[in-house]
Amino acid sequence: FDVNLMLNCGNLAQVQHVVLILSGKGGVGKSTLTTELALALRHSGKKVGILDVDLCGPSIPRMLSVGKPEVHQCDLGWVPVYTDAQKSLALMSIGFLLEDPDEAVVWRGPKKTALIGQFVSDVAWGELDVLLVDTPPGTSDEHLAVLENLKKQHKVDGAILITTPQAVSTGDVRREITFCKKTGLRILGIVENMSGFVCPHCSECSNIFSKGGGEELAKLTGSVYLGSVPLDPLLTTSIEEGKDFIQTFPDSATFSAINSIAQTLLTSIQNP
Amino acid sequence: MADIPSDAPQHCPGTASEQAGKTSACQGCPNQNLCSSGATKAPDPAIEEIAEKMLTVKHKILVLSGKGGVGKSTFSAHLAHALASDATKEVALLDVDICGPSIPRIMGLEGEQVAGLSLCLSPRYVEDNLAVMSIGFLLSSPDDAVIWRGPKKNGMIKQFLRDVDWGELDYLIVDTPPGTSDEHLSIVQYLSSARIDGAVIITTPQEVSLQDVRKEIRFCQKVQLPIIGVVENMSGFVCPKCKNTSQIFPPTTGGAERMCEEMNLTLLGRVPLDPRIGKSCDEGKSFLTEVPDSPAAAAYHSIVQSIQAYCLSHVPREESAG
Repeated sequence: FDVNLMLNCGNLAQVQHVVLILSGKGGVGKSTLTTELALALRHSGKKVGILDVDLCGPSIPRMLSVGKPEVHQCDLGWVPVYTDAQKSLALMSIGFLLEDPDEAVVWRGPKKTALIGQFVSDVAWGELDVLLVDTPPGTSDEHLAVLENLKKQHKVDGAILITTPQAVSTGDVRREITFCKKTGLRILGIVENMSGFVCPHCSECSNIFSKGGGEELAKLTGSVYLGSVPLDPLLTTSIEEGKDFIQTFPDSATFSAINSIAQTLLTSIQNP
Repeated sequence: MADIPSDAPQHCPGTASEQAGKTSACQGCPNQNLCSSGATKAPDPAIEEIAEKMLTVKHKILVLSGKGGVGKSTFSAHLAHALASDATKEVALLDVDICGPSIPRIMGLEGEQVAGLSLCLSPRYVEDNLAVMSIGFLLSSPDDAVIWRGPKKNGMIKQFLRDVDWGELDYLIVDTPPGTSDEHLSIVQYLSSARIDGAVIITTPQEVSLQDVRKEIRFCQKVQLPIIGVVENMSGFVCPKCKNTSQIFPPTTGGAERMCEEMNLTLLGRVPLDPRIGKSCDEGKSFLTEVPDSPAAAAYHSIVQSIQAYCLSHVPREESAG
């Protein structure tokens, strides 16, 4: 009999689906795509939450332009930060708990594990259709902690793996796939980010980070290929400025790619 | 006392941790009393052993970021190649990214694995004067995942520093994973009695990166690790067809240049995006040899020269007098 489980089991009870965003490789766009997928899902009418467990490099608060809000407690735990009055997008990140945004979180594994445990069970999410969990690169404390704690609380629908096309990336993502298999985490699919750059001046396509690796990886490992997202300076600028790319550029090919991935994801988790 | 004793429970915080003997995981562990008494927090003898080992290593450079995917491993590899292009210099590259070891592939040493998780800690040689060590060499398959918690990663890093036969080196370059966690604390801790020349910080121009990199810089300041300078990678892309430049990763807050001004650091240089860099890395070749006339190669060479100048001019008095 686990008293903690009993006290905390409310917080994820009204969350319909939980999806982890993983990579293994750093800098492939996990946080960017977590943000964009959340915005796309919201645009299609879903209530979405984002849990940012990248303790050393929490990027999501800036990407959603929420600044440095105060985090409040209620009876059930921490109240997430909402990006709008309609409460359609909720966020919890360690970025909110730092006094100084430039302060480094220099913690060893056990301390990170403890905080992530709290993050998973002590945020009062309320009703959500989808909770997306953004993770740091690697296969270590944070990943084990978030998975162990989620499994105690709630069914985890699975994970999306992000890669970029080149072998140096897919090489790390292969190891992340092994992590998923070893921990019994369903792989919902692979997304290839930074998939080609179309020059805005002459429309020439350059494969800056090589080509085709994402699809090859999916084939090699028997995973679903969810699609690719191009390198788009409009997207990177949007993310930098914390703007809603989907509202600002609804007609772009990039949005279309992201939306297609979001819809496939939704279908996949609603019909397991 | 081993950092994680063999009879420790699953979530052992490590015997040298502040929490040793005190966490809920410690309940019932046979070592709990010993740990909570503080006896296990005595300085790790490995620190002195490593300092002894490092006496034959003239210059030690850490390559850090805080942000993932900015090109730390790419830079570390090419720094190693550039320094080793002088055949009179002995260079080694140590990859302490335990979960995502990219260095074997980038250095063309994939497939140099030994079957099974091996205790063999001999470095692999790219050239006679360029040695490489990575956990990648100890994995039997490209699908093998190293799913280790902090304390076990720390133990591996200690072994890399203490038990690898580095020999006499002019330069030891240490490539690190992103973040400010176990690997970074361990490297600094284990090298605390050996002199580290400094850290090269890698970033890309956009604020999303700089945000994390500032934290890394604060980490360096906290642990009193000198910063040699900052490299801004992926700094603009010149379209091969129309030659216009696009800022794919836009420096919306002034890029590395403004950050260096604000934090009183040296901007060592900017390296542009060049698809041939990624291709060289994927193929395990040195971009500096493959595309020697590119603007990116020129940028690398200039940065390497600055780093060498720093190392040679910051030798402590006792060493330079002798």
